[in-house]
Amino acid sequence: MSQTLRLPDGALAQAAPAPGAPVAGALPGEQVRLLRLLHRAGRALRPWLLPWAVPLLLLLLWWVAARQGWIAPQVLPSPEDVGTTLVDLVRSGEMADNLWISAQRVLFGFGVGASAGLLLGVGMGLSPRFKDYVYPLFKAFSQVPVLGWLPLLMLLVGIDEALKIILISKAALVPVALNTAKGIENVPNRYVEVARVFGFTRWQLLSRVVFPSAAAPIWNGIRYGLTHAWLALVVVELLASSEGLGFMIVYGRQLFQLDVVMAAVIVVGAVGFALDKVLALIELRLLRWRRVGF
Amino acid sequence: MSEPVSVTVLPGAAPRRLPGLPRALRGWVLPLLLLLLWWLAVSLGWSKSPLLVPVSQVWHTAVEQTVSGELWRALRSSLWRDLLGFAIGASAGLIFGTVLGLSRLFESLLGPSFHTLKQISLFAWIPLLSVWFGLGDAAKVAFLSLAAFFPVVLNTFEGIRSVAPELIEVGRVFEFSRWQMLRRVVLPSALPSVFAGIHLGLIYAWLATLGAEYLLVSGQGIGNTLIDGREHFKMDLVLFGVIVVGLVGFALNWLASQLEHRLLAWRGRSVAQYE
Repeated sequence: MSQTLRLPDGALAQAAPAPGAPVAGALPGEQVRLLRLLHRAGRALRPWLLPWAVPLLLLLLWWVAARQGWIAPQVLPSPEDVGTTLVDLVRSGEMADNLWISAQRVLFGFGVGASAGLLLGVGMGLSPRFKDYVYPLFKAFSQVPVLGWLPLLMLLVGIDEALKIILISKAALVPVALNTAKGIENVPNRYVEVARVFGFTRWQLLSRVVFPSAAAPIWNGIRYGLTHAWLALVVVELLASSEGLGFMIVYGRQLFQLDVVMAAVIVVGAVGFALDKVLALIELRLLRWRRVGF
Repeated sequence: MSEPVSVTVLPGAAPRRLPGLPRALRGWVLPLLLLLLWWLAVSLGWSKSPLLVPVSQVWHTAVEQTVSGELWRALRSSLWRDLLGFAIGASAGLIFGTVLGLSRLFESLLGPSFHTLKQISLFAWIPLLSVWFGLGDAAKVAFLSLAAFFPVVLNTFEGIRSVAPELIEVGRVFEFSRWQMLRRVVLPSALPSVFAGIHLGLIYAWLATLGAEYLLVSGQGIGNTLIDGREHFKMDLVLFGVIVVGLVGFALNWLASQLEHRLLAWRGRSVAQYE
């Protein structure tokens, strides 16, 4: 489908007459070559240039709108305002402080949730009996989203740090546990049989067959877990916090300082992006051995 | 390649002295134990906290809310918003994802912007949306559409991109027009992935419904019921709300997979025909 939009190679050359051909109004050979070169260069650069077209256009529109006063600055501050606010917040250390608090919460909550999720997932994956007992309750527990548990937990543990950690852990636990259990259950039986033939001990079976074979889904679960933890952090901080990135957003909103809100939103997006990229890099490293076989 | 055969590395699965419970009953053990513990804690007076409400009170609240129609009012407004936002977001997502998948030009124009925006944590949009759309239903619906939009776009795009080239070639051989190609080859082949996106979108939209009701506190909804319960320290109401939220999520999930099953049933048949 996509090919239809692509120019066939050398389309320009075909359209232009051959160099030296005595056609009225034809371009001299030099120019044809130059055009062709430009065309090629344009095509080579296109993947880098095109993605910027829309954002730049929007930015321009935004800038013009703010400058001409089409939209009140309380509703949409100008891009310069957002930029300067962002720089100010970074310079004053306010951004770093809040970012650090948020990062601590995510890392701690994610650490707790992912470890618990791994244990639970390994248990459910290895022992069908354990799964029979635990899975239905786990399923019911995971059916209620983080946001559903929030009011209940607020009543039980207040709105302190414990609330944030518990909710972030819950957000990380569910995907890690589910993916780990599935990954282990789906280890091909043939592998286990080979290990039996080799007379592997139980530990060898686990460390050499089961875990390597389930590594990819487990890692997937961890990635989802971190993404969900980040999402949960923002929600919790929006709803109940007096510091952190989410709080900055709420605070800015309450004072109608949308430049602060937007600066914080940009940082939230950037951190989410960075987390994803870092995990993808680690994945390349960790699972490098898998590529060798194929 | 991967038969879902359990590994059974731990002992206890196969030979065991204790006869154990029948499998169907095992799942009830933990919930019943928890319920028992709760009941014991209340009846033996382990804690004087007003938060430790008896099981019966939760039941009373449940009945009262259901009979008085309070529950239905809240559910109706929540679900109405949920489905409206989902419908808008999913349709926009389907169109955008299809265009993104079909045209390389659009992909390079809009793809990177989309992937960047996607990184912004969903709920961070709420404060901005509340300024742009006010605190009423408009902001909530806009937010819900956004929540459904992202997964639908991603999965539609990926589904279309992974249509097997062989299928396209067959279409070419038959000299399908563009519309025929889209209608008969690309969309049917991308459908499972598209449905996965719609399914995810439905779940996200429900999550977002709650979030929107917490953060844009105005009007009715199941989220407002929960917030009310928390503010007035009504543990029974909160517990009941949590259960309702879970049940609705479960129902939406079930509905989506049923629909998926129904609508994709032809795939099994068509494969059988060619065998």
